[in-house]
Formats: sequence, structure tokens, C-alpha cells
Amino acid sequence: MAYDFNWEIMLSGEPAQWMWEGFVTTLQVSSISLVCATFLGIAICVLRMTPIKPLQWFSLVYTEFFRNTPLLVQIFFWYNASHFVMPSALNEWMNELYYWFPGPFSMFGHEFIGEWMLFNVEIITGVIALTVYTSAFIAEEIRAGIFSIPKNQLEASRAVGLSFIQAYRFVILPQALRIVIPPLISQALNLIKNSSLCMVIGVTELMFMASQVESYHGAPFEAFSAALLIYLAISLVVSFCINMYNKHFMIQVRY
Amino acid sequence: MHWDVVIDNFDYFLWGAAKVDGVFPYIHDFGGLAAAIVLAVFGIFGAFWLGLAAGLMRLSNKLWIKAPAVAYIEMIRGMPLLLLIFWFFFLAPVLLGQSVPAFSTTLVCFMIFTGAYIGEIVRAGVVALPAGQMEASRGSGLSKYQAMRYVILPQALRNMIPSFVNQFVSLTKDTSLASVIGVNELTRTGVQVDNREMIASFEIWITIAGLYFLICYVLTSYSRRLEAQLSRYQARDR
Repeated sequence: MAYDFNWEIMLSGEPAQWMWEGFVTTLQVSSISLVCATFLGIAICVLRMTPIKPLQWFSLVYTEFFRNTPLLVQIFFWYNASHFVMPSALNEWMNELYYWFPGPFSMFGHEFIGEWMLFNVEIITGVIALTVYTSAFIAEEIRAGIFSIPKNQLEASRAVGLSFIQAYRFVILPQALRIVIPPLISQALNLIKNSSLCMVIGVTELMFMASQVESYHGAPFEAFSAALLIYLAISLVVSFCINMYNKHFMIQVRY
Repeated sequence: MHWDVVIDNFDYFLWGAAKVDGVFPYIHDFGGLAAAIVLAVFGIFGAFWLGLAAGLMRLSNKLWIKAPAVAYIEMIRGMPLLLLIFWFFFLAPVLLGQSVPAFSTTLVCFMIFTGAYIGEIVRAGVVALPAGQMEASRGSGLSKYQAMRYVILPQALRNMIPSFVNQFVSLTKDTSLASVIGVNELTRTGVQVDNREMIASFEIWITIAGLYFLICYVLTSYSRRLEAQLSRYQARDR
């Protein structure tokens, strides 16, 4: 082993600053995409449930296409290719976004240096790609959750005199949500891990910053191990919360 | 629209700059879709044995067997594949004292990464079998190893086949990450042609996505059918 480890480098100065910025960007990108993806996924799932055939087909094609193509290809598509078919006004607006937060500024009591900006075209593209990719998975999870409730529950509640919406609101959804929430949380974890792919188009999130530390300071192990620790910490904390949730709130469903 | 760019480069998307000659692997410099499939197939093959070992180790009662498997599975499942690839890309030359080709690096990464997920599948498959199966085979005089080898695993592995196919689909999608460190597979051929032509991005990326979609969708539908077939023959608790 002809490699001298230099762990102190990660703890202070520029590398620590960069990793912190990367961590914050990762959290921002993934939380914005998570919120958007949840709503989009619910919308896609509702389309699938409607009795109108073309809407069902649209939703089916959407979920199948975006679940069965790699996220990296989708990111390249949104970043490199989509502007060829979008209206030029939208493209110009996206490029203008770069000037919303110029230069250094402070946030969370931390001074952000250099070219760090919340909204630029890269981050928007990354958020769009992550949102679309994850929403397909979320739609499928929610559909599976609703379908796992036996159909005679809906029939019984309709027979008792509840309207269609009331039956969903008071009988089906409370049971389905209990089943759906754990897979949704693991989708959120996947989303945080997937957000590392945004580095290929230049979103300055954790992986990008780790490779930047690697190239500026020549410390690949230290940089990537620090990134590994941060990702591990995020997932372990979240999965600990899932376990707690399962222990306290999962009621054994009996049919 | 510039579909002629895609048509001109379609063979490059399919097998890259493949050359056939008389020297040992006989095919050199292959890339594109062929490289993606090779990465996925070899990756899932290695990952199966790694995952089988990890999953069975995790089921053990002895702490010194169980702990490494738990650490491996939880650690790999908690990190992005891209991070593992980068990490290993810098680690391998230091450990081995020589440069390692990007193709082998990513192949090993895919094995390690998918192995953790297959370990979870194996564990879940074994746990899902009724406890009576193990008790009955132990009761009829088989040792624990024999019971696992001749009674539990043949049934459990059969039930796991749909999950393996799903994992293969997700590995096929993940092979696109090999392009980040320069393996010339399907995504990277797309990047190359895109950067060279510059006017046909839309057509190129639609084509690349379509090629991935073709493989993954066929396998996904196959796994769904398989699942429906297999669920009829499953041993159940009464």
C-alpha cells in the first residue's frame, strides 16, 4: 500500500466546506423531488384508477416507460435532449434562472462561497428527472397498496350506503396507506441515493463535491469515505425511523 | 429531425467498435448494448453466489457469522452505486498495486452491490417458507445443513426466481452507471455520438432509452408471469 492517508484534510477548511455544501444540496434536491414525486405519483395512480380508457393507457405507458429505463439515461435526456423539443421561451427562462442567486450568500448560519446557487438549470433538470423517475415507482406502490385491499370491502361499504368517494376516504385509503407507507419511505431512501447521479450533469451535490475534493486535494479515499459515511448516516437514520414506525403503528391487518 | 444520425450509428449502439480476430477473447473492443448485457449477466451470476452466501450467513444463529453479513448487506444497501463504483475505482489500484481496467472494476462493483440485495431476497425467501418445513426435515433426521440443502433451498430458490429477474432488470438499468468511469457501454456510446453530432440529441437519447426499455420490459413482464405461475405451487402455512 503506497498511499498515505490524510484524514485531517476532511475535517476543516475547503474540503469540509465543500462536503457540507454538497450535503445541503443533496438534501434540497431530494426533498424538493420527493414532494413533487409524491404528488405526481398520486396523480398518475388516480389516472390509472379512473374508468376512462385513454387516461389508463397514458398512466400505464408512463409507469412502464419510466420504470424500465435507467435514471442516468433519463437525466441525459432531460439535460441534453429535451430543449430541442421544448418551446424556446421555456429554454430561455430556464437559462435565466442562473442569475437568481449570484455569488456568495449565507443560509442555515453558514456562509456559502463561490458559484453555489440554489436554482440553476442543472438543479432544475436534476429535480425534473428524479421527480419523473420516482413518481413512476410511487404510483406503482400506491396502486399495489390499494389493490391489496380485497374488492369486497369496497362493495360492502357501497352496500352500506357510503358513496364511492366516502368508501375510499373512510374504508379503503386508511387501510391502504398503512400498507403503502413503508415502501414509500424506502422509495424516499432510493431517491436520496439516486440523487447522486445528478453529478453527471453538474449538480453540485454530495458526490460531485466528493469528486471535487478528490481532484483538488488528491484524497480519493478520504473524500469518498466521508461521502459514504454521510449517505450511510442518512439511510440508517431513516430506516431506524421506519422500524420504529412499524413497531408502533403497524396494526396486523386481518381479512 | 435527424433520425439518419441514429440509423448511421445504430450498429455502434448495439455492439460498439467490436472487432473479431484470432487472439483469445476473440472479440475485442465491444461496447454498446452488448457490453451492457455482458456486464449485467456476469454481474448477476457473481452476485447470486455472493448473495446466497450473505443471505444464509445472515440467517445463522452464531454472532460471528451473522455480524459480517449484516454489516455487508446494510452498508451496501445504504450507499449509492455510483459511490461504490468511485470508491472501488480508486481503491483497487492501491490494493492490487497495478491499474485495473474500468470494465472489471465496474463488474466487481455490480457483483458486490447486487449481492447485498440478493442476500436480502434469499433471506426473505427462506424466512417466508413455513417453519414446519425445517422442523419436519430436522425431525426426520436430516442435519441442519442437509435440511437447508435438500428441503428448504430448492423450494425457497424456486419462489425467489421472480425477484431475481427483477433484480436482473434493475442491474441492467444500473449498468448505465459504468459509463461514468468510462466503460464504453450503451449510455456512453450515446454520450459519444451525442457529443460528436450535437444536433440529434433528442433522437439519440430516445433510441438509447428505447433499447434499455426493450430488454427491461420483456424481462419485467416475464417475471410477472412467472410469479403468477409459481405462486400456485407454494408450500403454505395452514
